Parts: sequence; structure tokens; C-alpha cells
Amino acid sequence: MSEKMIHLVIDGNKTSVPEGTTLLEAAKAENVKVPTLCHHEDLCIAGNCRVCVVEVDGWRVLPAACATPAMEGMVVYTNSPQVRRARKDILGLLVSEHSSQCTTCYRSTSCELQDLASEYNIDNEIYINLLKNEDYVVDRSSWAIEKDNSKCIRCQRCVRTCAELQKVNALDVIYKGADMKVTTFFDNPMSEVVCTTCGQCINRCPTGALTERRYIDEIWEAIGDPEKHVVVQTAPAVRVALGEMLGYEPGVRVTGKMAAALKHLGFDSVLDTDFAADLTIMEEAHELLDRLKRKLVDGEDIPIPMMTSCSPGWIKFIEHMYPDHLGHVSSCKSPQQMFGALAKTYYAKRIGVDPKNIVSVSVMPCSAKKFEANRREMNDSGHQDIDLVCTTRELGHMIRQAGIDFKKLKNSKFDKFMGDSTGAAVIFGATGGVMEAALRTAYEVVTGREVPFDGLNIAPVRGMEGVREAAVKLENVLPEWSFLEGVELRVAVAHGLTNASQVMEEIVIGDSPYHFIEIMACPSGCIGGGGQPIPTNAEIRQKRAEAIYTEDEKMKVRKSHENPEVIELYKDFLGKPLGEVSHHLLHTKYTRRERV
Amino acid sequence: MLRQDSAVKIAVEKHGKERKHLLPVLQEVKRAKNYLSRSDISDVAAEMGLSSAHVYGVASFYHFLDLEERGRNIIWVCKTISCYMKGANDILLALEEALKIRLGETTSDGKFTLLQTNCIGWCHKGPAMLINDQPYTDLTPEKVVEIIHEYNQ
Repeated sequence: MSEKMIHLVIDGNKTSVPEGTTLLEAAKAENVKVPTLCHHEDLCIAGNCRVCVVEVDGWRVLPAACATPAMEGMVVYTNSPQVRRARKDILGLLVSEHSSQCTTCYRSTSCELQDLASEYNIDNEIYINLLKNEDYVVDRSSWAIEKDNSKCIRCQRCVRTCAELQKVNALDVIYKGADMKVTTFFDNPMSEVVCTTCGQCINRCPTGALTERRYIDEIWEAIGDPEKHVVVQTAPAVRVALGEMLGYEPGVRVTGKMAAALKHLGFDSVLDTDFAADLTIMEEAHELLDRLKRKLVDGEDIPIPMMTSCSPGWIKFIEHMYPDHLGHVSSCKSPQQMFGALAKTYYAKRIGVDPKNIVSVSVMPCSAKKFEANRREMNDSGHQDIDLVCTTRELGHMIRQAGIDFKKLKNSKFDKFMGDSTGAAVIFGATGGVMEAALRTAYEVVTGREVPFDGLNIAPVRGMEGVREAAVKLENVLPEWSFLEGVELRVAVAHGLTNASQVMEEIVIGDSPYHFIEIMACPSGCIGGGGQPIPTNAEIRQKRAEAIYTEDEKMKVRKSHENPEVIELYKDFLGKPLGEVSHHLLHTKYTRRERV
Repeated sequence: MLRQDSAVKIAVEKHGKERKHLLPVLQEVKRAKNYLSRSDISDVAAEMGLSSAHVYGVASFYHFLDLEERGRNIIWVCKTISCYMKGANDILLALEEALKIRLGETTSDGKFTLLQTNCIGWCHKGPAMLINDQPYTDLTPEKVVEIIHEYNQ
């Protein structure tokens, strides 16, 4: 393939780039970082903040590097006095509209505007502060997301995220010119619009305008209360990203240090969501087989394909967007909520603590889990099943607040019971992981043999392609599953809600070729979740995914049905998958929601 | 469910459901109802498969797609510099006096709303104003009183 090359000069260095390369990318290839605010690798070009302006010989104006393609013979200066003056003015103007109370801002030290203002020495107020004339109220209506327009610089990364990656458009640009602002339909509170609480906007907001609702103080209070027994669980994707909050490069697994840190923080029981993920697989794999039996043998009108239910952002999305198709969603609660229902029933009894004195905390890569924990129906234990949810970011803050030197911690292990897990559980954190874990178990239940993939690694469902599919032929099945003999089980995986919509549209027109579909609301799955360390991009998410699969490879047990604690739980308490106790504690129903 | 004869249904039927049809649809609904209410906007969004916030954003961008309930006749007095220099302010004062309302208000009988607009392209015949879609030019304070009188007939 012969790609046309463009020759240009950047800061005195001759270079050539393929046609279509922007000046921003061309400069990056020359190891020059042009500052950006509205630009984000995951999103389309906006060119509205103007921070990336550069000087081009013979051009009257300074073009935005992010939105200008390299052209033959261009002579570009990325750091001339004119460029610096312009950038300083632009930053000064942005700061004049921004509530610059950095000492009270959650994003302080991880704010892109703060970084640039510091880099360019915006050390006095050049422009009149426009904020003083406005009365801003922080929208804290949502369980998951806080929105503070006084910190918004109108770069519209959140708007593009919500539209392009998630196809939700809960946020959009309203009015124009000086009045322009980013808001919801008629400024409705975030809790009353189609927002799925996925938090992808938070991950891309350059300032503190969009943040997760924090529960750090409540967690400290609970830990400090001698009456309370505080149980903590950590989701699979947290252990491959928490390090980024504490000085590690992306992709470092810190499972042992995380367990040690949680004990140090003072949690009474340090347990693992992965245990509940294995349990979810047991219930979900059996639900799939049960649905297939009822459809194929009993001739019942059961919705197929079945879709996964682990991702609360996805659940809220389908409730808003496709309320007529909720029957396709597995009735299994997510691992967080299965864990919650067990912590205040079976576990409480096992450790001899009154469930009303248990405070159940979960650490999630997710903002939507905060919403999920507060859904009205999530109290099957007789109490609110999960009391407090914090993100990977919040846990990073807590570890820093406690003065723990994280890098020097010795590895520790999760406590028992509900601390054992398998490789199948940890891969829940990456897109395709739930599917892979479910297939490892479902195939073995039906055939009595391991899945026919090299080393249990079901490669076709892995990767970062938006929608992926795979087929597994069921042969020589066990007698009780004879109706599945020769059936080709067809599955699909989608991540990001725009991709989820694509899969849903096939279901709407009755043309879905699949039996089972995994959906994760966030791009790349939970490793790219709305509660994960900022920044995010494809490269960082890829590193986290690799760490997840390494964690799986290193586990002794890699199939959910072989988790010894899960086996014990069924023997001792639940009976069997889809049994009566499971039905009461581990399964749920969904709610139709409006689309405004 | 929307009634088949609702303004939104009729507009979407007439112009189409694609994203590019959004502006004509909003203009059509505004013509029929004189302004775009909250439910008009969410109905348009639902009919066209768009997000309500997005349709709200588009509607709020254009002054002529009103988001507030207005009088049956909307008077837009040009506020741009050419008309201003030819006495647009006197026109505005004469209208306020004749209608007994201030700029931005609606008469108590719901007949008129008085607003300003940016340039409407009649600079050579300023001062100018629109009443609904009809331009009036070379205005004088006396002339506008007569025009209002005609609408009151």
C-alpha cells in the first residue's frame, strides 16, 4: 500500500507524515507535546478550546493543531512567542470562566486545566472573573455522578463521550455564544434524565466539572465505629488499575498490596467480589441452559438470546432505551449485589455478627455501581445489601489519606469466607471475560469436558473489537442435555453502549443470530470503567486487559464451578443453582424507564 | 402515544425522521404552536429517535425557535447597528407605549409579544422589524402605531 507522504518542518526539524495526519499527531511523532484540552483520543475532533494553536509560516491566523491536517511544505512552530502569548491568553480566558478553587476540588492535582495553567504561569487574573455574576448549584441528585458547571470549560468531551461512545446523549450543548452551557434536557437533575451513570464522561472531563459522588467520609466513619463490622469487597478490574493512583505505570497487578492496604485501612473483613463473580457464573450459566431447555424442549416463549446483567450502566441503558426487551436480560444480580445479599445473610451468620451491624462496602471500577447499590429492590437480605460503593479512584485517595506507602506494602491475601476466586472470575474485568467464564462452565456442565480451546483461553471473545462473535459446537453431550447435541452455541460480546445498541437493534427486528450476549457499558469493559484512574485511552486499557489475562493464567483454579468456596456455599446454604434460596437472594427484576 | 393529528406527528410525517430533518420539523411545530414546549421537544425526540437533550440543544440555539410561550403575534425589532442609528430605539419606545408592555413581555390579552432580533437584512430600509414572518421597514414611531392598530382590527 503506497500512502501519500506529506513533507513539513516542525520546530526546525524536517519530517514526513502520511496524508491526513493532523499537526498534533505530526508533532507528537517528533516528540513534541502540544497542549490540548478538548481533544481526546477516544473522541472525534472538536477544535473548540484552541489551546493547541500553532504558528504556520505564511498563515494569517494560528490554526488549532488538533483540527488541521499536515500540508505539503508547511513550516510549523509549536512554541514561538506568538504561540505562547496566544495560549496564555486562551488559558487565562478559560480560567476566568472556571471556578478555580483548586484547594477544595476533588480533581486537584489530576486536573488538565490546572496543569496547563501552572505550566503557562497563569499566575494572576488577567481577565475579569466571569463566575462572580453567576449562581451555580452543584447537581448532587444522582447516586453516582456530581455535576458542577462552575468548573466546566465547555470543551464538550462529555457531550461527545455520551453521544459517540454511549449513544445516550444525556448531556448536550444548550444555547450559544457566551450563554452556551453543557446540560441535560431542560436542565433536569441528572437523576431524572436518561443518564446511565456509566461515568465515561467523568473519565474524560479535563477538570472537576464531572466527578463521582464520593462516599470516602462515610466509609471512614464506618471503619471508626466499634459497633460496626465493615466488610469490603473489590471488583476484578480494581486490582489491575489501582496502582495507577499510587505511582505505578498502567498494567501493573497490585492484588496482594491492595489486600494488604485494605487490612491496613481497618476493614474488618477483606473479601473478594471475584468470589461472587464465580457464583454469578454458576447461576448465569444454568439460567442460559434452563432458558434453552424451556425454549427447545418445552416450547415456551422464552426470550433468546439471553444477555448478561453484570454491568449496571448497561442495565439502566436497556431500561431507558429498550424497555420492551428487558426479558432478554439475565435475572442474575451482578456480582456486587450477589455478594451484598450474602454478606448480610449467610456470611453474617457464619461469623456470628448481627447483620444490622454489618456495613458492606464495595470498591468498584465503576460509578454506576453506586446507583445499583441504591436501587430500591436491592435489599433481599432484609437490609440494604450494599451500603457504600467507592471507586478505584476513591480507594486510591483513601490509601493516600491513611499515609500508607503503598509500594512498600507486603503482599497479603483476601480473608475467608468469600475470598476465594478463580481465573474465570478475574477476567470479568475485561470485555469478553464474562462470556469466556460462562462458556468454561456451561460447556463443561453440558459435555463433562473442558472447553475445546487452547489452555482454556477462548481467544475469539477476547480483544477490543466493538462487537465480537464466536460459536461453540456442543457434541457428545451428557444424557440429560441430549437436546443440545450438535447445537452450535452462538455468542456475541459488545462493549460501549453504542456497540450494545447495534446488537440490540438486531433483537428489536427479531433477527439476532445469537443464544447468549455479553454487554459491558464501558469501552473495554470494567477495566475502562467510569471509576477507574484518569486518564484513559486505548493503550492504557489494553495494558490493564493484558494484566487481567495474566492474573487469570496465574490462578490455580480457572473455572468458576471449581471454586471451593462456591462449592461449599451450594452444599451448605444455596442447594443448587437457580434453587429457591438463589431465586430469593441472587436474582432480580428490572424497571421500565422513560427516555427523556 | 401521540395523537395522529398532533403538530409533532404532522411535522415529522411531512419532513421525515432523519437527523437532517430536525430543523424543518422544529420550525413546522413552532409555526403551528407559536413556541416549542418541553413536551413538544421530547415528542419530537421520541418520534425521530433522537435524544431529548440533543433536540433541546438544537432548539435553544435558534432565537426564532422559541422555548417560551409567546403572544399570538411576535414583534421582532431589529437591534443591529444600522437600524439603531436610524432610530430603532424610538421604535421600541413607541411600541412599548402603544402595547403597554416592556421589551420581552406579552400583552395581557395574549395578542403581542415584544422582542428584539439581530440583523434581518433590511439595513438599507431601517429601522426595520418583523411581525411573525412579515417584515416592516422605514419605520417611524407613528407608522408602528398604525401597524399595531391594523393587527388589532
